[in-house]
Amino acid sequence: MLLSHSPEHEAFRAEVREFIEAHGHQAPPAFGRRGPPDERARQWQRLLIEHGYAARSIPKEYGGYGAEPDILKSHIIAEEFGNADILGGHDGDNRLVPTLLELGTEEQKRAYIAPTVRGDMLWCQGYSEPGSGSDLASLATKAHVDGDEFVINGQKIWTSGAHYADMMFCLVRTEPDAPKHQGISYLLFPMDTPGIEVRPLVTMTGEATFNEVFFTDVRVPTSQIVGKRGEGWFVANATLKHERGGLGDPNVAENRFRRIVAMMTNETLDGRPLMEHPAYRDRLLKLQGQMLAMKFNGMRVLSHAIKGEEAGLPRWIVKLNGCELNHQMDALAIDLLGELGTLYPAAGVAPDPTDANPHLRDAGAWQQRYMLDLGLIIGGGTAQIQKNMIGERALGLPKEPKAAQRQEGAA
Amino acid sequence: MEFGLTEEQRLLQQSLAGFLAAACPLDRVRAAADAGDTRPSDIWDGLRDLGIHGALIPEAYGGVGLSLLDAAIIAECLGAAAAPVPFTATAVMAPAALLAAGSEAQREAWLPRMAAGDAVVAVAVTEHVGAREGAGVEAVAGRLRGKAMFVLDGAAAQACIVADTAGALHLVLGEHVEATALPTIDRTRAVTALQFDDTPAEPLPGAAGQGEALQATIDAGRVALAADTLGAAQAMFDKAVEYAKERRQFNRVIGSFQAVKHLCAEMAAALEPCRALVWYAAHAQQAIPDEARAMACHAKAHLGEAGRFIARTATEVHGGMGFTDLLGLHYWFKRIGWNRQMLGAPELVRQEAAAAQGWVAAP
Repeated sequence: MLLSHSPEHEAFRAEVREFIEAHGHQAPPAFGRRGPPDERARQWQRLLIEHGYAARSIPKEYGGYGAEPDILKSHIIAEEFGNADILGGHDGDNRLVPTLLELGTEEQKRAYIAPTVRGDMLWCQGYSEPGSGSDLASLATKAHVDGDEFVINGQKIWTSGAHYADMMFCLVRTEPDAPKHQGISYLLFPMDTPGIEVRPLVTMTGEATFNEVFFTDVRVPTSQIVGKRGEGWFVANATLKHERGGLGDPNVAENRFRRIVAMMTNETLDGRPLMEHPAYRDRLLKLQGQMLAMKFNGMRVLSHAIKGEEAGLPRWIVKLNGCELNHQMDALAIDLLGELGTLYPAAGVAPDPTDANPHLRDAGAWQQRYMLDLGLIIGGGTAQIQKNMIGERALGLPKEPKAAQRQEGAA
Repeated sequence: MEFGLTEEQRLLQQSLAGFLAAACPLDRVRAAADAGDTRPSDIWDGLRDLGIHGALIPEAYGGVGLSLLDAAIIAECLGAAAAPVPFTATAVMAPAALLAAGSEAQREAWLPRMAAGDAVVAVAVTEHVGAREGAGVEAVAGRLRGKAMFVLDGAAAQACIVADTAGALHLVLGEHVEATALPTIDRTRAVTALQFDDTPAEPLPGAAGQGEALQATIDAGRVALAADTLGAAQAMFDKAVEYAKERRQFNRVIGSFQAVKHLCAEMAAALEPCRALVWYAAHAQQAIPDEARAMACHAKAHLGEAGRFIARTATEVHGGMGFTDLLGLHYWFKRIGWNRQMLGAPELVRQEAAAAQGWVAAP
């Protein structure tokens, strides 16, 4: 067990701290209600890229900082921004950009990566359909080739940010006669292409974070495909892998935990700090035990990653446990606030600090997170699908027999 | 940075697990439990040859001089085998107490014998964690009065380290005090009650003051119990997954049913992070003093909770067989249940963790 870092990495940590101290005041709020990035967020992102704290290992020619990949340095950046409670940078879109870097053409990389990492080009993911959620490979939105264009017809759902995104990366069925995993293609197109209709889907949070997207004879040049025709499932799996790694990040849980500790120290009930109420305190400590276990599990996964090893089970459980833990922390925060925890801004209204309800805590973020985090337990592979994957891929339990085989067995 | 075990630690784990697989199979556990033997000489002597008794004892006193993380690895292996041997008190807590607060003469008198497996030293600190039935020990003019309950490794101990109500530690010879066995649900380890009646005792000179030596002793024991639960829970989980791959119903192995598969996945998700928590807590006791207290408490509490979940779920996956004596799963079930209560159940230690972080006054 060696928890210290090399002098090079310690020096790097000091640099990150200095940067945060000097520039942290320019960052948009780290915690609040979620929405599309504004100009301040884009400026912050550009500054972070310039200093190598965002888009760090993305090559310079595609708008990144161009550093050698160093997992530990990336971890130090995330840790320092988290500890300072300063909003960190992003790598554009953590599903699309790695996919383009791995499988995109040179033209695609040059056209899309730079504006994406700067936050000037926003993407939405056209995967799920009304009939294809957990069984994504059964998707039915189809595209046929007409000349040098794909013509797309069908419908997507649960498309986050489609109402403000500039572009979509989308899975469509181009080979209707092939087996379901081999008939899919991965396409990129602007959201203002004629024939696309976006209907915001108001969720339980009161906001339209998701959308339904309808395609009627949407024409997209055949050059807008990533990978080859029929290979879209494998292209998409590269991105699913990245998304799964991101959901349930222990840094997020630790950050949220600190906010709850602060709340329990500052908020009073019957004139006494919430921390002095044993029932609430026990819930806090119980969650801290779970949070610490996931934090150290994350350090274990990181150690494997640094050595280029597959961590196995410790990594498989991150999404399932991390999302559940976040949701339980939101629940505790709401319970700590009691009646105050029910206060919520009018539906769909963006937070405006000057017009804040004086009783409202964190702009209503805890209630919003409580709902959004339930969404994240469902999204990115539901908790039940996660359990199937852990059971089948990590523990080697057999898959559920196919319905047809079952019928044969019965006959 | 390297969050994980060293090559030497993995070798320790392998050699100990290998020894226990051969020397301590279920039949041996059962025979020892039926005979009420909590220190069968074949297992005890084999462990001595592997240097287990002296793991935490410095080489100068005849031990191996390993770290508490190594001791946690050993505890994990013992838990995995439900090994019926003294360990938590005599190999972890007593050496910790003697090294923190014992006089040179006390160390020289006891540590070499403990390392050689010739002496078992029990530890009586339960009342400092939470006193039941008004028990407690007073020190008056070098003699002890009162009662200590749930004395760990208490059967046939040559000596006992006893905490008094003020938090000071004393060494009492086994021949000077009457030990009454307290048979528990777990027949693989012994606890006793000790009655002190102006019993002669030698103070551990370094244990006066704020009770740091006592606290460090308790925390080392908590880490060891958490690690024991980790091993026992891993063993139950492994058996459950294996059973789910073999047992057939409705023409299918039961592990192909999502109802069973999800129970296994839930156990994996609960258990796997425990390993990192136990490692970190063990490492922190010696390497990160600021976090040591809170981490020992968290490891103990969290493993108590996760262990209980896995013990019941693994039993459930085995269906009716899990409930039988024949399968023997209950030895691990009971061991996990015992570990949960000793040295502070989760509710108690979580309050200590809150105090250790300065969020409330000490309970």
